[in-house]
Amino acid sequence: MLNTLLEALSLVSHLDNQVVAIVWLSFKVALATVTLATLIGLPLGALVAVASFPGRGAVTVFLNAMMGLPSVVVGVIVYLFLSRSGPFGDMGLLYSPTAMVMAQTVLVVPLIAALTRQIVEDAWRVYATEFRSMHFTLRHSVVALLYDCRYSLVVAVLAGTGRSLSEVGAVMIVGGNIEGYTRVMTTAIALETAKGDLPLSLALGMVLLTVVLLLNTGAYHLRLWAMRKYG
Amino acid sequence: MFPISLSNIRFTPDGRTVLTGVDLDIDVDGITVIIGPNGAGKTVLLRIMAGLQTPHDGAISWNGDKTPAPGIAMVFQHPVLLRSSVFHNAGLGLKPFGLSRAEAKRRTMQTLERVGLAHRAEDSARLLSGGERQRLALARAWAMRPKLLLLDEPTAALDPSATDVVEGLVREIRTDGTRIVMTTHNLGQAMRISDDIVFLANGRVIERAPTSRFFARPQSTEAKLFIQGELPWRISFDN
Repeated sequence: MLNTLLEALSLVSHLDNQVVAIVWLSFKVALATVTLATLIGLPLGALVAVASFPGRGAVTVFLNAMMGLPSVVVGVIVYLFLSRSGPFGDMGLLYSPTAMVMAQTVLVVPLIAALTRQIVEDAWRVYATEFRSMHFTLRHSVVALLYDCRYSLVVAVLAGTGRSLSEVGAVMIVGGNIEGYTRVMTTAIALETAKGDLPLSLALGMVLLTVVLLLNTGAYHLRLWAMRKYG
Repeated sequence: MFPISLSNIRFTPDGRTVLTGVDLDIDVDGITVIIGPNGAGKTVLLRIMAGLQTPHDGAISWNGDKTPAPGIAMVFQHPVLLRSSVFHNAGLGLKPFGLSRAEAKRRTMQTLERVGLAHRAEDSARLLSGGERQRLALARAWAMRPKLLLLDEPTAALDPSATDVVEGLVREIRTDGTRIVMTTHNLGQAMRISDDIVFLANGRVIERAPTSRFFARPQSTEAKLFIQGELPWRISFDN
């Protein structure tokens, strides 16, 4: 156990090529996923929070339920769309980082949108009358609320980042865990553990935990700073 | 001018009468102050005038239209400020106007200068004092160049010094050509600042009169009793 730990630390401290490649791809996939999911999820969540339309309650319940969407289910659905016989099969995206980003975006959008809806709806209760008195349109209200809640929404984006980095089922199915091409931290950990290469698994696990801790620490201090600066 | 006409307004949420049979025309320049005891319906009346609340019965027209026009601005007792700079908050009401960035900036800074907050433009709005927050809320409304400004107890939570500053600004906004309707609990303030008084009690307009006449010779028993409740101001007026 101690030897395994020491070997894992050695892999990380010596910036092992294999570890670096896997971590780098994981970051790229997570960054692309979170960027896309944020661009879709933030306005979507804010719109559901602010707009009045028939079925709004059902949409809210659906978004909340989708937060717990099983990643393997999403993986299978995206697989069906991208496989040779699927509607997007001709694009040849299956077993590529793009496919992984697509699957993870499907997973992360509901998470960011549902958290955004809750945060923005709470703010909307406070601001609604004031905004209406300023003749704000729906677009003005959504933009102003997203801006005002920006520091709280970091939590939603962070949750999305965490889900993207730690997700294994969907990326395994649509990415195929191809070494040097679609192998990310989570799929590598699953594979190497099964193969008995525990030092590599542990090394990747340590990187994953460190990244998540650093992100959360950053978000915590950002909120503290925002509280001091903006009240 | 931006005349508002309310006819036979009734507002009865959950069967509870808040306003009933309210007829009111705001059709001359100046400052109208709505006074009355707690629960008289002052704030609801103001919100109906702003188009923020729909009456259950009766008719209201804004400058001849059945829908509230963008010439109206409202300042609340506890204005909500975004987690942002004073400058950003002051210019917030200009967003729907579609002004150029330069024009919006010019108008915002000009208004901040007029309310004495230009030097704090980059500070966080939420860290302002109560009086400064209310001045910022006034600036936000003033920057919109409203034809009608509705103020809901704008000095209720302020000390006398901050109240004095806000009253000065309200007069200045009126001088700028904006029609003002405000509510207050402060009879002294009503006397100092208003051109005419609307006295509201139990959801009805009991009396409307020019300020000097209202305080010197109130016509209704309710108004007389209400004024007597503020004895020092009564004495001050008689003197």
